[in-house]
Amino acid sequence: MNEPNILVVFAHPAPHRSPVHRSLAETARALPGVELRDLYELYPDFDIDGERERELLRAAHLLVFLHPFRWYGMPALVKEWMDVLLQPGWAYNDDNHTGECALRGKSFWLVTTTGSGPDAYQPGGLHGRPFTDFLAPYEATAALCGMDWIAPLVMHGSAQATPEAVDALAAEFRRRLEGYAGLANAAAEERAHGT
Amino acid sequence: MEHNLLQNAVVYLGAAVLVVPLAKRLGMGAVLGYLVAGILIGPFGLRFVADGEDALHFAEFGVVLLLFLIGLELEPSRLWALRRPIFGWGGAQVAGVAAGLFGAALLAGIDWKVALIAGLGLSLSSTAIALASLEERNLMPTPAGQAGFAILLFQDIAAIPMIAIVPLLGVPESAGGGGNAWIAALKVAGVLAGLVVAGRFLIRPLLRIIAKTDTREIFTAFALLLVIAISLLMQWVGMSMALGAFMAGVLLADSEYRHALETDLEPFKGLLLGLFFIAVGMSVDFAVFLAQPGLVLGLVAAFLVIKVAVLYGLSRGLDIARGQHLQFALLLAQGGEFAFVVFGAAATARVFSPDVASILVVVVALSMVVTPLALMAFDRLAAARECAGGKREADRIEPNEDHVIVAGFGRFGQIVGRFLHANHVRLTVLDHDPDQIEVLRHFGFKVFYGDATRPDLLRAAGAAKARAVVVAIDDIEDSLKLVDAVRREYPDLPVFARARNVTHYYQLMDRGVELIERETFEAALRLGRSVMTAGLGQSAYATRQAALKFRRYNKQTLDAVYPYYKDREAFVSMAKRAREELEAMISRDRKAFDEETGSDWD
Repeated sequence: MNEPNILVVFAHPAPHRSPVHRSLAETARALPGVELRDLYELYPDFDIDGERERELLRAAHLLVFLHPFRWYGMPALVKEWMDVLLQPGWAYNDDNHTGECALRGKSFWLVTTTGSGPDAYQPGGLHGRPFTDFLAPYEATAALCGMDWIAPLVMHGSAQATPEAVDALAAEFRRRLEGYAGLANAAAEERAHGT
Repeated sequence: MEHNLLQNAVVYLGAAVLVVPLAKRLGMGAVLGYLVAGILIGPFGLRFVADGEDALHFAEFGVVLLLFLIGLELEPSRLWALRRPIFGWGGAQVAGVAAGLFGAALLAGIDWKVALIAGLGLSLSSTAIALASLEERNLMPTPAGQAGFAILLFQDIAAIPMIAIVPLLGVPESAGGGGNAWIAALKVAGVLAGLVVAGRFLIRPLLRIIAKTDTREIFTAFALLLVIAISLLMQWVGMSMALGAFMAGVLLADSEYRHALETDLEPFKGLLLGLFFIAVGMSVDFAVFLAQPGLVLGLVAAFLVIKVAVLYGLSRGLDIARGQHLQFALLLAQGGEFAFVVFGAAATARVFSPDVASILVVVVALSMVVTPLALMAFDRLAAARECAGGKREADRIEPNEDHVIVAGFGRFGQIVGRFLHANHVRLTVLDHDPDQIEVLRHFGFKVFYGDATRPDLLRAAGAAKARAVVVAIDDIEDSLKLVDAVRREYPDLPVFARARNVTHYYQLMDRGVELIERETFEAALRLGRSVMTAGLGQSAYATRQAALKFRRYNKQTLDAVYPYYKDREAFVSMAKRAREELEAMISRDRKAFDEETGSDWD
């Protein structure tokens, strides 16, 4: 398999301020079989090349979103990426279209960080809700496109993260990506021979 | 006479053209090549030229130009910062060497007056040879080079009182131009003050007016005129011409015409310096030498040994790389051109007998021949020893490092430049419109006047240490010329260019330019967007999307058609087809977006 089968959509408007995300992005970039798209570097003018990005997405088995959490959601450019790429009839079927459902059977994995610590995400805490509540849009998107949901990798309190914690998270990230690459290859084989 | 002049020119130039490349091939360096050429054609070689005197006087102007150009490199503030090394090291060198030679001469039983003048005269080094050797070896920016330079500068200053005291030691007789010391001093002070004032308030405006006429040769003529006039003025008040030229250079060092002056005078300097060395070679009086070869050689040897010893001792106190001490000593060991003047004055004042004067002149000339040889031997030895001290230090003369060069600061380049400047990018701006420069200097930009397409100006502007060059020149020819020069001389320097039109765009692509921006495209597209929205009431966002698509597709087309751009017909049909495709695509998208009901954003 020469095609990268993992697509990491990385979005951070100010990576120079985030050792965590620099480290995670470097980790992903260094792995064979992983294609990392640094959105803020590629499309500083928010002028996303939908065709090119759809090609990459189509080729991948696993879609990873790697971005910090801000205002209970994704950075603006990731949302723009979704608006441009995930066209009805291409990404999912709706009533009027008999589209190709290009994302069906792929997996979706969110890797994200929050500034506040874990205690802030609970009733009575700063944000008043458990963190998982804020993941609903991601889950629903994955579900609508027929993608498998993988439990997110989340680091809370990333602003105060020690270098050791950053290294540990990066190591975990690498381990999971490498593991998935193997699995995805096997699954692809199976799909090729199976139904 | 003029016939003679041309004949002489042929001889000088012919000798230089034949001998210097040969010398360089043999690893001897150009200075030695010129000296040998001079010996060959001189009265004691092939006798092509009977008398080297005139040539020597004329060629001294090469030294003057050299110092003017060095002055241009030194802003007054830097010169002020150098005052300690100049007077400290320079004073120590002159005093040390003169004392050493004086003592040795006294021991040899020579009359004290003769010993004193000879010691002082021989303590001076040859600015021309030492600096040329420094530059040949790229040592100028190193501590050794800087110290050498400071010492040479001090010698130029010290030569004046030396020449002044000679008549005092002489036979009290018609010492020419004895006059009143007070008046002489006043003259010197007046001329110096005048020079400073004129440099500020007269020469710069004049340079501007001449630059505005945009006739290159007149600018060159004025540059030469300036240097010659200042030199003559200095001579008139009895100061060293070279020192005067140096001061004039310093006064113009922070002017915007610095680079233009440099590039215009550089070839004259080179040729005249060459002529100077030839003349020195010719002036080696072999008749004196043959009369007393033992004495002359012994004097040369003794003089060089003493001088090198003192300089070597001095260099231990300097911050010089290991293994460069001896090189430094050898660089400054030879006798200088001022020695000729001092000894001439001494002969006139009857301190020296004519015999002594001519012997000493031969000694100086021979020492000038010997030092390049000694340096060559040193280089050979150093190379053989693989001495590790040869690493170049950071260049401290040209502070332009890590900067961006913007060539052409008109309507286009100015916006690029101002944006970069606002983001604290170090800029070096080149332009040839004096009015433009005047305005920019008011805003505190560092702007240089000059023709950016000349490789030498690029070098002067610090292209070797630039991060990028922005080519924003109006003229297409010039723009391509500049890109070619950059590609040839600085292949690693990224070029960002403004294209005037599509053909220019492709010509820049031919040259592998990193990034090209069509000068009208972005602004016109913005205006088109505004027409659609503000003019026709279309949705702003949809129009933006259409504009982005238009830009992307347009760029693709531009690149796709590139291979055909020289073939008019194929080019036109390709471009036409691409345009139709684009229109169809945009109207399709537009229609889909404008529909009342859609599959997204309903």
